[in-house]
Amino acid sequence: MTAAEIREEILDILSDIAPDEDLSGLEDGVAFRDQLELDSMDFLDIVMELRKRHRIQIPEEDYGALASMASTVEYLTPRMKDMERA
Amino acid sequence: MYDTIIIGAGMSGLAAGIRLAYFDRKVCIVERHNTVGGLNSFYRLGGRDYDVGLHAITNFTERGAKRGPLARLLRQLRFRWEDFALAPQRESAVVFPGVTLRFGNQGALLESEVARAFPREVDGYRRLIEQLVDYDDLETDQFTHSARERIEAFIGDPLLREMLLCPLMWYGNAREHDMDWGQFCIMFRSIFLEGLARPHRGVRLILKNLVRRYREVGGELRLRAGVARMAVEQGRVTGVVLDSGERLEGRHVLSSAGWVETMRLCGPERSLPTDRAGRLSFVETMSVLDRRPERIGHGRTIVFFNDSPRFHWRKPEDELCDPRTGVICSPDNFEYGDTADAAAGGMIRITTLANYDRWSSLDDDAYRRQKMRWFDRIAESAVRFMPDYRRHVVATDMFTPKTIHRFTRHENGTVYGSPTKQLDGRTHLSNLYICGTDQGYVGIVGAIMSGISIANRHLLRDGSA
Repeated sequence: MTAAEIREEILDILSDIAPDEDLSGLEDGVAFRDQLELDSMDFLDIVMELRKRHRIQIPEEDYGALASMASTVEYLTPRMKDMERA
Repeated sequence: MYDTIIIGAGMSGLAAGIRLAYFDRKVCIVERHNTVGGLNSFYRLGGRDYDVGLHAITNFTERGAKRGPLARLLRQLRFRWEDFALAPQRESAVVFPGVTLRFGNQGALLESEVARAFPREVDGYRRLIEQLVDYDDLETDQFTHSARERIEAFIGDPLLREMLLCPLMWYGNAREHDMDWGQFCIMFRSIFLEGLARPHRGVRLILKNLVRRYREVGGELRLRAGVARMAVEQGRVTGVVLDSGERLEGRHVLSSAGWVETMRLCGPERSLPTDRAGRLSFVETMSVLDRRPERIGHGRTIVFFNDSPRFHWRKPEDELCDPRTGVICSPDNFEYGDTADAAAGGMIRITTLANYDRWSSLDDDAYRRQKMRWFDRIAESAVRFMPDYRRHVVATDMFTPKTIHRFTRHENGTVYGSPTKQLDGRTHLSNLYICGTDQGYVGIVGAIMSGISIANRHLLRDGSA
């Protein structure tokens, strides 16, 4: 997957977790926490959805890398570059 | 081999099961009864639908709300708001001798009622709200503080304190006389600040949704499968042994059976005194009316009544029931809109405190007689606080602590479980956890959140598969 595809995939996960959120204006450089109504339970769901969909294991000490869209894509790009988008 | 075996197909077990199965864990829920729901169930009798448990769902927030426990649980279980078809309450009230406080789903009504009936207390009341809005569910060290002592710092008039405590204790307090400060804050927010709602079809709609979702995501549900004991080896639970003798193996076991009940399943050496399971139980009378309650002048959704200035929240020791205080629930008095059939009959449910030991020691004849006797006495007590509905009754039913015990296997027929909660869900065994009433959250939203949070915290972390 390319970085753009990974971004699409994250948006898809977010819309699954928070169907009522309007994600069209999401700013990649700003923390999810500051623009979406997500709590710690929802963050855990991003991690678990990635695991469910792509078998990616994210160790707890790396959760910080998922703070914003930009940092998430940066973190996932090397880990997902050999995957096909379903 | 299952990843997790869940004991009990009530709200908490089903919610935990959905979370685990959704994230590809192999899950089996085992339920002793022949139906799901546990404490919140439903049945049909004489062509009519009855709910057990549910009066109203607390923590109501409107469609589109992103905050609060209801929005959170919908997200966690991937439900849409519409799936629960919640209709908000009309208006409810706390009624004590000479004083009525009305409340609805906007906190402003209760505040104005406090200002009207207790003008000197309204500033303290506002400060109390500021305090409890900030209470964090996770501050476990504060949880068990005395609510009575805490609110005395804000509210001077003992009558107002009793009137505020009454509905909150009724809808979720396992402790006698006093209440945990944590429980008080959670209940205050869920009832007075967020509010009450109900699906027109009652608790069956919620249960059907939970079961459907659980099956969709691949969960296995076994009814009539009571657990006789845990299989324990070297400090770990390795599975459960069913009443039939069949053995199921699991990496983890999550029990919603209750704390005392779960410990007993671990072996005689873990047995605890049954009083630890809690002492408070209830009877509920159900009267089907030939008309909607509003047609006899009763438009309120829930009425919490108490017939003296002091609120008595204790197990009745000398009698089968204590009808001095009670809850009158009118399931018709929610804003159902077009879905409700206006020509249909109505229903009045009245709950009072009851003594499990006394009810369960009666022989069959005496049990039937006492049900009739108390049915009438409870109605007599309630009509002091609502219009007399008795000549409109066309069908009745009633459940007692004995019924509750039969459906839930909770010791002492408790509804809110043990006064001592196990907030972290852990037990003496590293892979055995508990959820449900004895974990700490009560009510329907609470039970569902309990299942979700224990599943998230202990069973969905990486490496726990």
